Amino acid sequence: MFRSLFPRDVFAELDRLQREMQQAFDVTPSIRGVGRGGYPALNVGGTPQSVEIYAFAPGLDPAKVEVNLERGVLTISGERPSGLPAADEKAAVHLNERFAGRFRRVLSLPEDADPSAVTAAYRDGVLHVSVKRREAAQPRRIEIH
Amino acid sequence: MTNDVSVKPDEAKPAARAEATLLPPVDVIEDAQGITLYADLPGVPKDKVTLHVEDDTLSIEGEVALPVPEGMQASHAEVQLPRYRRVFQLSKELDADKVSAELNHGVLKLRIPKAEHAQPRKVEIRVG
Repeated sequence: MFRSLFPRDVFAELDRLQREMQQAFDVTPSIRGVGRGGYPALNVGGTPQSVEIYAFAPGLDPAKVEVNLERGVLTISGERPSGLPAADEKAAVHLNERFAGRFRRVLSLPEDADPSAVTAAYRDGVLHVSVKRREAAQPRRIEIH
Repeated sequence: MTNDVSVKPDEAKPAARAEATLLPPVDVIEDAQGITLYADLPGVPKDKVTLHVEDDTLSIEGEVALPVPEGMQASHAEVQLPRYRRVFQLSKELDADKVSAELNHGVLKLRIPKAEHAQPRKVEIRVG
């Protein structure tokens, strides 16, 4: 009734479809933007003691990656060099799908995250940031005497 | 002709698997001597990469192995599968026997040289 059966603009329709799909499958986008599809891809998980962040960031020099935690907001930023040959070289680029350039991803941590207990490790192209939760926030069993 | 170019001695033929996999992004660059392929395989350690060359088909597979603390529950996942796979058709002038591979910080670099006869040669023109 509201949508014509034959869309006038196929691309606009595809965009709409993509947005609807994202809404259906995604978590609500954060105010800092929908990060999905960005570099690096993020997986986040938690245990009662910690928050675990995995940034899938292959091909970086770990010394040049910035991980900052400020007021409960974790920022991962850096630059990924391009492996492509210079334009004047005698080489043809057939496929160029890998990300290159500056990147920045921002994530807000849960309130009980302890900014003084953060560890970060870079292994096999994955940056693993582990943030401990504050003691007081951890579940405790209360003994009955 | 089967030729396993593997970082480790390989197990069963991976082509038979039908599990869902991620498609890793790649860069492919060709120069006069051969082709260089870079593939992003974050989270895949060296011993979980499998390369197969069979009948001019090159397949790249990798399995993600991350240090996950016990009892972790995922709350947000952009990488939803722990496996990568991508297959390429090689062309005849490439020498599949001489593929070399290295893995560095989650980036796989393959070098596939061109066969001798396919290397560029300068043709002399004789005047006479």
